[in-house]
Amino acid sequence: MYALGAYAFLHVPLLILAIFSFNASRFTVWQGFSLHWYAALAQDRELIESAVNSLIIALAATALAAIIGTLAGYALWKRGSVWISGSLYLSLVTPEIITGVSLLAFFQWIFRYLHLRLGMHTVILAHAGFSLAYVVVVILARMRTFDPALEEAALDLGATEFAAFRRVTIPFLAPAIAAAAMLAFTVSIDDYVITSLVAGVDSQTLPMTIYALARRGVNPMLNAVSTIIVVLLGIVVLLSERLRKA
Amino acid sequence: MNRLRARLLAPAAALAFLTVVAPLAIICLYSFMSRGAYGGVGQPFTSENYTRLLDPLYGAILWRSFWVAAVSTLICLALGFPLALFIARSGEKKNLYLSLVILPFWTSFLIRTYAWMFLLRDTGLINTALLSAGIIREPLPMLYNNGAVILGLVYGFLPFMVLPLYAILERLDPSLMEAAADLGARPRETLFRVILPLCAPGIRAGAILVFVPCLGTYLTSDLLGGSKTILIGNLVQNQFTSARDWPFGAAASLALMAAATLLLFAARRSGEELL
Repeated sequence: MYALGAYAFLHVPLLILAIFSFNASRFTVWQGFSLHWYAALAQDRELIESAVNSLIIALAATALAAIIGTLAGYALWKRGSVWISGSLYLSLVTPEIITGVSLLAFFQWIFRYLHLRLGMHTVILAHAGFSLAYVVVVILARMRTFDPALEEAALDLGATEFAAFRRVTIPFLAPAIAAAAMLAFTVSIDDYVITSLVAGVDSQTLPMTIYALARRGVNPMLNAVSTIIVVLLGIVVLLSERLRKA
Repeated sequence: MNRLRARLLAPAAALAFLTVVAPLAIICLYSFMSRGAYGGVGQPFTSENYTRLLDPLYGAILWRSFWVAAVSTLICLALGFPLALFIARSGEKKNLYLSLVILPFWTSFLIRTYAWMFLLRDTGLINTALLSAGIIREPLPMLYNNGAVILGLVYGFLPFMVLPLYAILERLDPSLMEAAADLGARPRETLFRVILPLCAPGIRAGAILVFVPCLGTYLTSDLLGGSKTILIGNLVQNQFTSARDWPFGAAASLALMAAATLLLFAARRSGEELL
């Protein structure tokens, strides 16, 4: 009974949000089922543009973090490095707002010498940075179940170190790499706090648009876009969990 | 062997340096500098930014951040403990129940916060329903206060409490509880004098895992607390954007960072094998 209440607390708010995305009225009174707000969504240029930006950023940052993190996870499995693990741990424990302002301060500082501006590239770099730790954690967990004899066998059979890594270890890691990439994707596409600080004029993301709409007031279109995101993210997370346990 | 390892590690080292180490180092440096003429930073070096944090105006913000985080943690414990106990005792469905706790955590934090705005605001669902039922005449002011922030934090970080508690409860030997019952303890006594003390490491780990992100929260207090409930995270954001006093914002960041890392370090030592 108690547990039911706790689960209701965790799930009902989102459920209600989703239900009201199908409301015919623009007010919070139920007036019948309608897909009106989903249609309106497809017409809204700001939302669409920011969603495209979010996708580009998340895909680029995920690719960067997945590749760099996989290599690092493998290397750290061979022998740990206090410095690398320490800075990754630091990135996990730093409150988001501090990650955001420190990146802002850092970018502004180098840009004085490089004549660059905040924009898509800074957002991608920031996202790759905070996703990296997640990727390394997932890869390391998978490597702990790896039998080094497999690699040694490849070396004995004349493979170079890199060939052994590419042909033996990478295929073993494949499900973990996919799971890690999905994890990185979900944290990247959802981020508002860090993004809003390092974004430039050309890089408004979906969470930034959602934030602005949420501040303005009740808007059923926002319920609709939220519902779509929650469902899509839910699918990605479930897939990632399945792969991680495979 | 070592050359390959160094090459594989190099990109990660570069990325971590660019996005973690160097930015934090700059913040350290800035926190000892003065506000520049055009909103940047300048000389001379000073420790004034730190002494300013103790000013009553900012002291009140630090104090509020602390107790909002503390209350949220206590509520998470009160809600999370029975939930963890329930999951640990539910046999084959354990994994399903556990996933149901974790799943919302992975769906957008921003959207989950918006869900509460949708419920709580003056024109939100609860007020609209109560108004149309004639129970109230004027909308209840449920949003933009400390209570709303605490609610949002509990909602957001409850999984962090449930997980370590579950990990320890699951491994608890049932014969201990049976022994207590055999020796005449009532269920209540068993709970308070056997189960809870055995859970101490899990409670400590969970409390710190909830307390730290609550202390550093920005989004929850920004959206659910409005301008009246400024916490340290909002103070930092404000100094770096509209107030443009970077050195002071940097000092506030470092104070928060120090509190967070010290607490997490303590948690790691107490709950090493838990997490």
